[in-house]
Amino acid sequence: MPDGAASRSEKGASVRLDQVSFSYGEAPLVFDVDFAAAKITAIMGPSGSGKSTLLNLVAGFEVPQSGRVLIGGADVNAAPPSARPVSMVFQENNLFAHLSVEQNVGLGRSPSLLLTEADRAAIAGALERTGLAGKEKRLPRELSGGERQRVALARVLVRDRPVLLLDEPFASLGPALRDDMLDLVAAVHAERGMTVLFVTHQPEDARRIGGHMVFLDNGLVAATGKADDFFTGAGPEAFRRYIGAGAGDAVSRDVARKRT
Amino acid sequence: MGAATLKTSSPPPRRASSDPRITAGVIALAAISLLIGGAFAGLLFEGAHDFSGAWAAFDPYLLRVVRFTLWQAALSTLLSVGPALFVARALSRHPRFLGRAFILQLFAVPLALPAIVAALGILALYGRAGYFAGVFTGIGGGSWPGIYGLPGILVAHVFFNLPLATRLFLEALQTIPADQWRLSSQLGMGARPAFRLIEWPTLRAALPGVAGLVFMLCITSFTIVLTLGGGPAATTLEVGIYQALRFDFDPARAVTLTLLQIALTFVVVLALTRLGANVVGDTNLPVAPRRYLSVNGTETLLNVVLIVLALLFVVGPMAATVMAGLGADLGRLAGEVAVRQATLTSAVLAFLSALLSVTLSLALTMARRALALNHRSGAKAMLEHAADTGAGFVLVVPPIVVGAGWFLLLRHVGDVFAIAPVMVVAVNAVMAMPFALRAVRPAYDAASERHERLCAQLGIAGWNRLMLVDWPSLRRPLATAFAFAMALSLGDLGVIALFGSDSVQTLPYLLLARMGSYRTQDAAGLALLLGLVCLALIVAAHWLGREKNRDA
Repeated sequence: MPDGAASRSEKGASVRLDQVSFSYGEAPLVFDVDFAAAKITAIMGPSGSGKSTLLNLVAGFEVPQSGRVLIGGADVNAAPPSARPVSMVFQENNLFAHLSVEQNVGLGRSPSLLLTEADRAAIAGALERTGLAGKEKRLPRELSGGERQRVALARVLVRDRPVLLLDEPFASLGPALRDDMLDLVAAVHAERGMTVLFVTHQPEDARRIGGHMVFLDNGLVAATGKADDFFTGAGPEAFRRYIGAGAGDAVSRDVARKRT
Repeated sequence: MGAATLKTSSPPPRRASSDPRITAGVIALAAISLLIGGAFAGLLFEGAHDFSGAWAAFDPYLLRVVRFTLWQAALSTLLSVGPALFVARALSRHPRFLGRAFILQLFAVPLALPAIVAALGILALYGRAGYFAGVFTGIGGGSWPGIYGLPGILVAHVFFNLPLATRLFLEALQTIPADQWRLSSQLGMGARPAFRLIEWPTLRAALPGVAGLVFMLCITSFTIVLTLGGGPAATTLEVGIYQALRFDFDPARAVTLTLLQIALTFVVVLALTRLGANVVGDTNLPVAPRRYLSVNGTETLLNVVLIVLALLFVVGPMAATVMAGLGADLGRLAGEVAVRQATLTSAVLAFLSALLSVTLSLALTMARRALALNHRSGAKAMLEHAADTGAGFVLVVPPIVVGAGWFLLLRHVGDVFAIAPVMVVAVNAVMAMPFALRAVRPAYDAASERHERLCAQLGIAGWNRLMLVDWPSLRRPLATAFAFAMALSLGDLGVIALFGSDSVQTLPYLLLARMGSYRTQDAAGLALLLGLVCLALIVAAHWLGREKNRDA
């Protein structure tokens, strides 16, 4: 596998989608957008607007019909997912159910689980950092939903790629737990400085950790900018419609109902 | 969200050609094609070689064989499916009684029993020297002529297919929503109107599929007809092929018979798929739902009589097998070199056959999944179709036909009997594939649904993926498939009947030989051994299959 040390870096890499078009056989999606290096960008938009597809294009699970995906300035269209300088955390199924916490994290270092002493130290450190010390030997089914996502984050740490893609990873967690996880992501980001692309349905998630915002609507990038500007009413009409009743204070109440 | 998850779980298409799973599938398909293609090549070569001979084989005898094949299959279907309708209904009317689950388990046993074991059980019970011979003699006056011929074939076919049809009909009846029963009991519907208005429409919908399946099984039945047919008057196409090759040595006739058999099964399978039948003939154990039934005393009595009669009919030959088997000199049998040799040969061949079957099934499953992930919404490619239905079309070609084709092809090359082990392993492996696929495919697809993106992301592929990811989640389904395939192969008397010789004997072949030389006691002892081993394997297969969800 052409991965490992070569693609690791201390700082985040910029992500650019250059006139990328993609279609599932329906209306085509067209993305032309820049994500600033070493920043956290929230990606929001109605269901079906193409949020997950955008992440899948960056991760390499989907291939553009035309256009280029550039990471750190390099065209990665031809690279398979494992060779891209990217880690991704999904909403579910981030772990292999039959492998222990330790092994699941270890796969971030070696896809054959052949680990060196340095690897083992990194794994122990990552588990410590994500609050999983002492749970190394557990199986995923012996963990809570929040703990499972922590394991996924621990693997992100040992993989240490310059780009982190989060596809609604905390959507199925309760509010307090979700806030904890967001803080963990923010803390990890502060340490590592990777570029984070973060798909979410929850405006307060975006407000909590997202410095930047990309709003998708109907398969197109409808607006980009600072997250705070969006919530103070400077966002596009479509964003206000998506958030519901007049943005601002209404946001938190609306969200309380939307949470599923 | 559903649509979104569905969309996003596809890996990129460009690595399609390099995915080792697809390569594995292509190799598996090539192996199956070689097996079937070689058989056809043998048939066509022989047919072209001696065209006038093949044509001349269309004589009155052949027509009689075709007529008998169809006639016995039609009668067997009628006698199996008709009573099964009522037994299933009786069982569904009484969703809870002591021993119900046990009866349903017993009804699954014939499916696991090798045909030759069942045939011996039936002979031990109803044969000229069977346990019931005295009773029949007393009733009929004069001596009981035995059960060879059409009656024997019918009894055996009903023994196999009545329980199967009952379980399939019962499954259909379980699909009637509980609300309908609640409604009918509120409306005070008696047994008759409930049957006419609620049960019959469901049964009628299931009827063509079940009848078609049973007809198909009876038309390709070889062992039963061979062992219980007892003469040229009761010969089917499959047995005709065997006789043409092994006794008359008339290759031209074998070609004609084989082509007829293929045409016949092809038509039946085509009709079956049109009817949407479950061609593999595997059933789930129905769980009794909560019902609101009001069954009066008379009906209960009738139902009890019906269930008990069916039970006796099914249990009879099994009990006779056990009794006759225990009556044999098991100690001497166990010491015999021929028996030991045959047991060893059977075990090795069945093991290899199961291994091959499971490997081929896994390869096809993986390739199919990989291709399905690649093509996404587009049309299926030819290869994917082949991986999808590749195992299905082997059902059209019965083992005897494949065996006959290779037999004809190889007799020009050298010693036909020397390749017996290869033929037995290969043909039985392919024949067990529909069952193996049923165990492996859903498990693999479900595991792939969970792991596909994760593996792509972490670069887990090829051997790593097989050992770290696929093996742990597939261990149980693979073991199920393996046990099932091994049981099928162990009990098979099809290919080995053609290719067997003194140097290569399996247990069923030895059993047939002992029957032929009237060493009935020996045969009964061997049948007991074979039946128990096959039963143990099937029980293991079901047990492994049921436990598999625990880790999921």
